[in-house]
Amino acid sequence: MADQAEFAELAMPYMDQLYSAAMRMTRNPADAEDLVQETYLRGYRGFGGFKAGTNLRAWLFKILTNTYINTYRAKKRRPDETELDDKEDYVLYRRIGGLEAAAAERTPESEVLDAMPDDAVKQALEALPEQFRMAVLLADVEGFSYKEIAKIMDVPVGTVMSRLHRGRKQLQARLLDFAQERGLVPEPAGRPAA
Amino acid sequence: MDCDKAFHRMYHYLDGELTVWRRWVITRHLEQCPPCGQGFEFEVELRQVIASRCRDEVPEGLRRRIAESIGMEVDRDRPGLA
Repeated sequence: MADQAEFAELAMPYMDQLYSAAMRMTRNPADAEDLVQETYLRGYRGFGGFKAGTNLRAWLFKILTNTYINTYRAKKRRPDETELDDKEDYVLYRRIGGLEAAAAERTPESEVLDAMPDDAVKQALEALPEQFRMAVLLADVEGFSYKEIAKIMDVPVGTVMSRLHRGRKQLQARLLDFAQERGLVPEPAGRPAA
Repeated sequence: MDCDKAFHRMYHYLDGELTVWRRWVITRHLEQCPPCGQGFEFEVELRQVIASRCRDEVPEGLRRRIAESIGMEVDRDRPGLA
């Protein structure tokens, strides 16, 4: 049983992470602010049910996720969310180096990554279908384990793994598109440059 | 351990979701196989890029509003101390 009076002190340090995640979920600052504020209120009111010594960050992310799903998701249709064909695995790496690095004069992989601006990465993540986006966000941005994500999203661990796998694949495909548009990576042969 | 198997388990490996033994087998493969080692390293770098680019700063107004709204709840719960 946690003491409500301690809530603010313990929970405030997570606001940056919660707000960033809320931005990726809602994809607009006004909704993200409302979502985070609502999360803190629900967290405060429900803090009696938090078991001291367990993971407060995961507990807050579960509230954030539930609140998003119950409140904000229903609000909007999302016409820009399209599922890409599931292409090959590790598509970005295959195309910019390593496994198929036969061609000469390629930009080294780490330079391609360094050249990715914040907005490109944010947009690539935000364009993923919701279930994949949440899994990738919780794993790759927030560093939660499969088990923690399963609890936060209320799905089996196997579902987390498959969403993560497909989400990462699609994210790489989108980043590759971006890198090609910027000329950081050559367009595939046979496809005219836009 | 061959390269296909190593790559097949890459996400589990990087996610820290393998048993100690499986982890060790892959680590040993990576030490002996530079192409796989570079592939794994790329994924690690990519994740760092994704994590570091996806941060937004909390607007000051929001920080204040949350502090205030929790403060109001606290006052409501403990009127004697308000």
